[in-house]
Amino acid sequence: MFDFDGIHEIWQTITRNKTRSLLTAFGVFWGIFLLVVLSSTGNGFENGLMQQVEGVTPNTAFFFTGETSEPYKGYQKGRSWSMQLADLEAIKETFPCVKAISPEASVWSSEDKNVIYGSRGGSFSVKGVLPEYNEIEKSKILKGRFINDTDISANRKVCLLGKKVYETMFERGENPLGKMVKINGIYFQVVGVIRSYTDNVNINGSIDESVILPYTTMQQVYALGDKIRFFAIVADDETPITSFEEDLKQLIKQRHDIAPTDEDAINSFNVSEIFKAFKGLFFGIHILIWIVGLGTLMSGIIGVSNIMLVTVKERTREIGVRRAIGAKPKDIIGQVLSESLLLTTLAGLVGLCIGVGIMAIVGMITSNMPSDNMMFQDPNLGFGAAVTATVIVIISGLLAGVLPAWRAIQIKAIDAIREE
Amino acid sequence: MIRLEKINKTYFGAQPLHVLKGIDLEVAEGEMVSIMGASGSGKSTLLNILGILDNYDSGEYYLNGKLVKNLSENEAADMRNRTIGFIFQSFNLIPFKTAMENVALPLYYQNVGRKKRNELAMEYLERFGLKEWADHYPNELSGGQKQRVSMARALVTQPKVILADEPTGALDSKTSAEVMQILREVNQSGITMIIVTHERGIALRTNKIIHLKDGVIENIEINNPDSIDFDKEIK
Repeated sequence: MFDFDGIHEIWQTITRNKTRSLLTAFGVFWGIFLLVVLSSTGNGFENGLMQQVEGVTPNTAFFFTGETSEPYKGYQKGRSWSMQLADLEAIKETFPCVKAISPEASVWSSEDKNVIYGSRGGSFSVKGVLPEYNEIEKSKILKGRFINDTDISANRKVCLLGKKVYETMFERGENPLGKMVKINGIYFQVVGVIRSYTDNVNINGSIDESVILPYTTMQQVYALGDKIRFFAIVADDETPITSFEEDLKQLIKQRHDIAPTDEDAINSFNVSEIFKAFKGLFFGIHILIWIVGLGTLMSGIIGVSNIMLVTVKERTREIGVRRAIGAKPKDIIGQVLSESLLLTTLAGLVGLCIGVGIMAIVGMITSNMPSDNMMFQDPNLGFGAAVTATVIVIISGLLAGVLPAWRAIQIKAIDAIREE
Repeated sequence: MIRLEKINKTYFGAQPLHVLKGIDLEVAEGEMVSIMGASGSGKSTLLNILGILDNYDSGEYYLNGKLVKNLSENEAADMRNRTIGFIFQSFNLIPFKTAMENVALPLYYQNVGRKKRNELAMEYLERFGLKEWADHYPNELSGGQKQRVSMARALVTQPKVILADEPTGALDSKTSAEVMQILREVNQSGITMIIVTHERGIALRTNKIIHLKDGVIENIEINNPDSIDFDKEIK
């Protein structure tokens, strides 16, 4: 039942001393406000950073060859070696959890303009990949399609253009599909235009500034032979790469007569470890934020409690009179607790609303900034955190009232009517 | 209405103080009684016990036929609320409440609804000629008005007994006379009235004057207020 009478009674007491109530409430207001602003800012940075790595599938690892560091099976140490496409097939067979696997080879131009279309030209890196590569470094297909299996099996002379390559080579709005582009002296047919999801995370240079070729075509055209020095894998979400990373390396070592104990022959770089580090970092930041916010809130609560104690002391006579005319201990406790609860809750909710409001404005301003590369994105509190903050405010409001309420019921009616 | 049997009360401080030493007293329903005594005679303590604001060590106190002993806080509060009306020397009005809200406050603790409460409060304020002052705060009222508000507050619950502690102590003689006149009228409506005072002029307006000295009843003086010319007496 909504006790309007009770609320009125409490409201009257709070508004009786507006300045004091406001100053008291400010502590709680500030605590919640700070908590909201800090927490939202933390979320903003987290969202910003997470957006930067959006294009990368978390469960990704890269493997690359190095020189052997141990002699094995008659080979000297310091041997330079490479993998073959057959190795990748073997990996897929042995580890069914590998969703996608693709080698990647890059050629940088030593010429001024290695990519030419008509009278235009530019200097871009050339990458060779398999169709599955698009599941590893995700890119957005703006026009046409990605490399497909037929391109690979038939060694087709087709290419994909990165967004910036397309912008350099073609008129704005011109359809590049089917056009022939000369890359390092050889003509390739354009089958698609792609854009990277992110500028910050990429493999061997940004996709936007690359020309993508089928891996087999690349091997043939650049006379690379069946050699793979670098490949990337994505595993399904249930299987962390760390769980089979070492086994995978052993498989390759075994296939290439490399000592199982050789640490330098094959190297790997695990993106999920980086993600974990980020997650851990933000977890730490969030904990820090809540400690700071709750600390501030707690000092606000202690402020409320302190003022309520003074108030109770000041109101000895009033409380005594109330007792004399029939207030029961529970009435007095209820009154003090409700006062503290109402004051804290109101202040807390105002802090919550203003904090959320300010962060919404900050979010609007930052999202309107013309940078593609925002490290700060969508700073909001989240519904769960808002509910938690509200519950904390209500509980702490009650806690703040406990000591003053206990003091208040110690007041006997005779203390009030006793003349000095 | 009120019966005290061998009431003893000792305050245990640095030096134990035996304040009431076996008080026997009976006040019938509808009586108007005053308690007089020098300071330290125990009259305030007696009033506190009568008002269930303080407890006593031994003896028995019957209020309205019920033994008042070892009551819980809640029982005591309820009994105070429904049976007793208090009038204090310094009025003890709540400063941030209007006259009407002050009068209505005891009814709040009886869980009477807001509308009903304010209606009853207005009725009593009107009875004491304070209708126009209902929305004023205590600091906007004169001493006499404040005491009339506090009388309205004491009466609004229709108590059996009014306990008045020096009700005229803070008032000038003219206002005192008015207040006493109202108290008499209240008494004549059938409510038992006990007034603690140290002014003989006030005590003489009651029917029975109980003289307290060093914690015992020295004597009980029967008095007929109607035979006294108060104008002369007070001057």
